[in-house]
Parts: sequence; C-alpha cells; structure tokens
Amino acid sequence: MAANAEKIKVLICTGTGGLASGARAVADAFEEEFAKQGVEAKVGKRCEVVGTGCRGLCANDVLVDIVVPGQDPVTYDFVTPELVPQIVGEHVLANEPVAKKVAGPYYAKFLEKQMRVIFSRCGTIDAESIEDFIAHKGFTGIQKAVTMTPDQVIDEVKRSGLRGRGGGGFPTGVKWSFCKASPGETKYLICNADEGDPGAFMDRSVLEGDPYGLIEGMMIGAYAIGCKFGYVYVRAEYPLAIKRLQKAIDTCYERGILGKDCMGLGFAFDMRIKAGAGAFVCGEETALMASIEGQRGMSRPRPPFPAVRGLWGYPTNINNVETFANVSYIFYNGADWYASIGTEGTKGTKIFALTGKVKHTGLVEVPAGTTMREVIFDVCGGILNNRKFKAVQAGGPSGGCLPAEALDAQVDYDSLIKAGAMMGSGGLVVMDETTCMVDIARFFLNFTRVESCGKCIPCRIGLKIMLEILERITRGEGREGDIEMLENMAYDIKKSSLCGLGQTAPNPVLSTIRYFRHEYEAHIKEKRCPSNSCKELLKFEVVENACKKCGLCFKICPVDAITWEKGGVAIIDKDKCTKCTSCYDACRFMAIE
Amino acid sequence: MSNTAEIVQEEEIDLTAANAIIDKYIDMKGALMPVLQEIQEAYGYVPEPTVHLVADRLNVYSSQIYGVLTFYAQFHLEPRGKYIVRVCMGTACHVKGAGRIGDTLKDRLGIGHAETTPDLKFTAEFVACIGACGMAPVIMVNDATYGSMSVQKMDEVIKKYQGME
Ligand SMILES: Cc1cc2nc3c(=O)[nH]c(=O)nc-3n(C[C@H](O)[C@H](O)[C@H](O)COP(=O)(O)O)c2cc1C
Ligand code: SF4
Ligand code: SF4
Ligand code: FES
Ligand code: FES
Repeated sequence: MAANAEKIKVLICTGTGGLASGARAVADAFEEEFAKQGVEAKVGKRCEVVGTGCRGLCANDVLVDIVVPGQDPVTYDFVTPELVPQIVGEHVLANEPVAKKVAGPYYAKFLEKQMRVIFSRCGTIDAESIEDFIAHKGFTGIQKAVTMTPDQVIDEVKRSGLRGRGGGGFPTGVKWSFCKASPGETKYLICNADEGDPGAFMDRSVLEGDPYGLIEGMMIGAYAIGCKFGYVYVRAEYPLAIKRLQKAIDTCYERGILGKDCMGLGFAFDMRIKAGAGAFVCGEETALMASIEGQRGMSRPRPPFPAVRGLWGYPTNINNVETFANVSYIFYNGADWYASIGTEGTKGTKIFALTGKVKHTGLVEVPAGTTMREVIFDVCGGILNNRKFKAVQAGGPSGGCLPAEALDAQVDYDSLIKAGAMMGSGGLVVMDETTCMVDIARFFLNFTRVESCGKCIPCRIGLKIMLEILERITRGEGREGDIEMLENMAYDIKKSSLCGLGQTAPNPVLSTIRYFRHEYEAHIKEKRCPSNSCKELLKFEVVENACKKCGLCFKICPVDAITWEKGGVAIIDKDKCTKCTSCYDACRFMAIE
Repeated sequence: MSNTAEIVQEEEIDLTAANAIIDKYIDMKGALMPVLQEIQEAYGYVPEPTVHLVADRLNVYSSQIYGVLTFYAQFHLEPRGKYIVRVCMGTACHVKGAGRIGDTLKDRLGIGHAETTPDLKFTAEFVACIGACGMAPVIMVNDATYGSMSVQKMDEVIKKYQGME
C-alpha cells in the first residue's frame, strides 16, 4: 500500500450541515466508485462536527475536497451521490476538475483575507487519526520545547506576545511564570473548554477537529510550569467534543505519549476530561475549580489567585482551548514568527465566530488587527438579504454592541475595549435594521441574571431590577428617567460585584445606551419600536406605500393570516394573526409595522 | 419538589446501576459530579433514592447533593419525556427569531422550559447555546440537530415526532 501522503484523498464534510445534506451517501458513492475503477484512495471524514458551521459554509454542503498529491486541493460544493462518478472519472482519473461544480468565487473570497493557522489542521486532517496529526507537524512542538529549560520555554511564550484567548487577554507566559514560581511539588494545569458564551463555537471546533493539537499545547504548558496533572473542563453540551478528545487521550496513553514518561522525553503528565454541567459562571476560574471539586460552581474572592491556591488548594494554571492551541504553533514555527503576525498589542491570529444576520455565518481566522468591516463584509459576504448593517455584538454577555461607525475598528484587545466592547472569546453577532437594541440589552441581561451564581447582592438583585426596567421599556411602559436609572445601576453593579460575571454583565446595556440612545427614547417617549421587533409595540399592519408586493410574508405566515395576490399589496387579518412576527423577518422592505 | 417525591415513591427504583456507578468512582477526588452525571444517564434523571444512596456511600450530606443538583442546569429531578426538544435561546438564535420558535412549541405542545407533556413524550428545554450558531435558529430533538428553523419547519418537526412511537 502506498504511503498516506502519496494517495489521492477525498475529504468529505460530515458536520451537521454535511450529514443533513447527505454526506454519508456521498462518502459511500466515492468508496463504491473507487472500488469499481480500482483506484487506491483515502476517503476521509473532514471532521464529524455535529452542530457547528465548521467551515462557515454548511449551507453549501456537501463540501468535498479532492486532494491530488502535488496539486492544490479542489473544493466542490453541493455534491450529490449522482455527481460522484463524474468527479472520479474526470478529476481523479483524467485529472480534469469538473469546472462547473467547483465551489464558486465566494469561496475564494471567504478564504482570501483569512490566515488559517490554528485551523490549519482542523477540517484538513482526519481528526481521529494520530498518524494524520503527526504528518502535519504534530508533536514537533513538544519535542522542541523539551530541548529548552522550562524557564526558556516560558520566555519563548512571553516573547511571542501570546495573550489568553479566553476573554481577558492576560499574557500567557507571564501567567505561567506565576504558577511556576509557586512553591510545591503538586501543581495542576486546567484547560477551560466551558465555552459558555452563546454565539461562540471555536473551542468546540478545535476540540472536535484537532484534539491532539490541544493535548500537545497542554503538554508544553505542563512541562514549562511543572504540572503533573491536567484537567480539560468541557461543557457537557458538547458530547462529540468529549468523545473525540477522550479517544485522543486514550490513544496517547496507549502509545506512551502521556503518562509517567511522556514520549520518553523525561517528564510526567497525566490528563483527564471533566464534563461540566451547564452553568455560564463555571467558565470563571474559581467557579470552575469549585465545580471540578464537586461543589456548586460559585466564584470566590481573589487573592489568593489560582496560581497560588487553586484546585484542591494547590497552585493551578488555567488557560483557554485556543490559547493552548496557539502554544503548539509557537513551538512549531518560533516566537519570532508568531510575534510578526498581528498588531502591537495583540499577536497572532484570532478566531471569530460570525453569526446572526451575516451571509456566510461561520468560523473565521484572521490576523489580529483586521478590521471589523473586512471580517463582516469581505470574508463573510456582508449582510443577509442585502439589508442595512446596524450593529455587531462583540464579546458575548460581557461585551458590547458596536454601531456602523465602529466598523473600522481593528479586532484586537485594545481597539475593541476602546470602542466599548471587548474581544471576549471572539463571538461576533451581526445585527441588521430588524434587530431592536433595547431588546438585545434585555436579552443579555436576562441571560446573565439567570446565570448569576447569586452570591453578590448587586449581581443577584441589581440585574433583576435592571431587567425589569428593560422589560417595561420593550412593552411600551418605559418612563422618563429610566435610562439614567439603568446607567447608574450599571456602574454600581460593575463596581461592587465579586467576579467577572457581575462586573461585566451591565456592559451590553451601557454600550447600547451609548450608541443607540435614540432607540431607547423612541420606546419610552413615542411607545414605538423603530426596528419593528418588540412584539407588544407592533401593529401588525402592512404599510401600503412601502410594500413592494412581493408576497414573501404571505408565503411564510404559518396560520394563513395574510392575503396577497400577485401584483397586490399584502393584507394581514388581525383575527387570524397569532403575532408570531415571522412576517417581519421575511419582509425585505420593512413594510410591516 | 412535592411532585417529585410523589412520583418517586410510586416507582420502585432499582439501585443496582447506581451502586455500580458509585463503585467506579468511590476512591476518586471530586467524585460527586461524575457519579450524578452517570446516574442521570442511566436513569434519565436523578431519582431521590439514588441521592440518599450517594450521600451514604460518598459520605456527603444530601443537602449538599441537592445544592449541586439544583445549581447546574443539566440535572433533572423528575422523569423526562422520550423526546427532549432543546430550543436554543442563545444570542445568534435570538437575533434570528428563536423567540417565536419557543412560542410555537409552547403553543403546540403546551410545554415551556423544563416541562414535560403528561404522556411523557416530550420535554422542552430552552438552552443557552447548542454550539451550532451558524445555522441559527437551532433546535435539537434528542441527538438530531435541526437548523434554520421557522414556525413552519417547527410544525413539521413536531408532527414527525408526534407520529413516532
Ligand atoms: C463569567 C465568566 C465566564 C467565563 N467563561 C469562560 C469560558 O467559557 N471559556 C474560557 O476559556 N474562559 C472563560 N472565562 C475567562 C476565564 O475565567 C479565564 O480568564 C480564562 O479561561 C483564562 O484563560 P486564558 O488566559 O487562556 O484566556 C470566563 C470568565 C468569566 C468571568
Ligand atoms: S405575525 Fe405571524 S401570524 Fe401574524 S401575520 Fe405575521 S406571520 Fe402571520
Ligand atoms: S413581504 Fe413586505 S413587501 Fe413583500 S408583500 Fe409582504 S409586506 Fe409587501
Ligand atoms: S457542516 Fe459542512 S461546512 Fe459546516
Ligand atoms: S446561539 Fe443558538 S446555537 Fe449558539
């Protein structure tokens, strides 16, 4: 049998989008056709990512890459089993790609401004194959690291400029040196894979698409700090990530890569997965450790910092998934290479999860410092249905909403904070003119209120009161003075809460007031929702002169409450209407009030 | 809670599985959560008698166990439906109309968050994020993910599962 590298490879997208579009049948068709033609080829699964937009292009599934040795891979979209004989016949046998079926220019644009470093293996290799990992630089980072002393390893990470990708952006090398400096033999290394931030799914993709890469990053950290034991705290909502990672850990034990003498390199490291149980606050370091210890995930005051007194009372170092994934690449390519990417204050690439009203939703990896506009419009194709951009929410529940004026902000830690949001884990939720900013503030507050661990009164009670005010406003019962009251409470809660949850929870309210105050005022003074989104304030009427008579609302209405005839204005029957608001989303012309 | 107690008392709970799970973890630090997670997997929820068993054998107070069980969204103290319908209420889904997907479920099946239909067929769960935000709005029925939901698609999915045993 020929070596792996010399074989023609067929990579099939078996994510949710892929599977739903028939990836299994396509894979079978390839196997069958190869057998028939006597071709030796490897039909691999790109990544069995259940439920993520792995390449951001699930809508164009089934995606298939044909990789002929010595040539650039060719990507096909919308592949069906019927198409397979043609692809095999023309492309694989006659070396003549089926031009008509190759993914269109949108795909080249999607990739053009990206720099896929952390994702270079994700989606390219068979995530379950350790051989594939090794063939793609795997474990060369840890081998390089052990040629240095632990202090030199830490210096290398400091020199790279890597800052934690979990949200705070704390310099990773500095963090490692704290834990290393703590006295004691027993130390713990924790990987934070809780990913509680709704709208973010990059950690999940790394876990599912490149589990060995994470293990390698953790091994380097363990060697540098002197940790003998590691935990990966993964949210239980990610069963496939847990399964994949467990399989990778098991394989590493079988081959002596983990254990008493890792790869024969002279250091010991054991690791294990800890499944979380669904609480946002468990992403916070002290709550996370309490959760591993089997308690309620409640935060505790710092100091003592985890580096001094952490898990079970021992010095502990916690980093995010993407942070560890970055570490491997620093050792593959060197700190200087790493530091040459990005901006002054933020080095390397950053993965963003683009969701909401954007054309190509998905995961995007760009050098830090790329602008918001480039990410949303150039990479992701702009706003869905050619609507107007209104805002982008960055940094999840702890972040803020940025208006069009901020589109030229660079995506790095410092620029985003200046603009009133934050990088957070890298979730970017794009909103168009149909999204109401007061409602978004209400949404986030509801989230953080439910997720508050309840320890601090300002966080527990304060957020509840703020939420009640916002609910009143969205119902059209806002009063004069509400905005000022919200602002005052926001500052107080930020100042007096114990952990990051309470300290940042009011941010979405503050940023929406800062940039979209007029929307609050319209709700309070005119009892009107300018985005036609707050249900209680809607009239459920078609504005005759705005209606372009397209009939989309008629087609979408689930209860046939809309009458429309070709060339005519739509009419909503208020008795039949269940006020579900489907028609608002469907109407491209904002013609329904 | 009174509800739970009634259901549990009527049912005889076989503790063999729970005992085997505890055996597996009894010497491990931080055993409580994995034990409870596996019990829930085995029984579909955490029945009251197993709580007392865990308390006895791991030497922790029942009150502490209930503290943990009620803190985390993942644990359930009552039997749940055959089909767990998880409606994502995360940011990406919210922006794309998750609210009306949840409303439709309430309207058609009469169940809201953490509620189960009387025939034990469906349980609704409104969750924070399923991690498939690119296909928002998203629901999951047991392990199957359905993306780009609309009220109409929701009706189709509900009908499909209603028709299944
Ligand atoms: C309420 C709250 C939730 C958090 N959730 C996460 C999370 O889901 N994943 C994560 O990596 N960090 C999360 N963090 C940040 C972590 O506490 C911690 O700063 C981070 O894991 C450190 O890793 P890094 O230095 O590699 O960024 C959260 C913080 C707070 C206050
Ligand atoms: S709100 Fe819903 S029910 Fe009412 S007209 Fe619009 S689509 Fe139909
Ligand atoms: S979707 Fe809008 S423009 Fe089209 S018919 Fe309905 S109201 Fe008129
Ligand atoms: S599942 Fe195929 S691109 Fe996302
Ligand atoms: S926000 Fe709904 S799947 Fe993430």
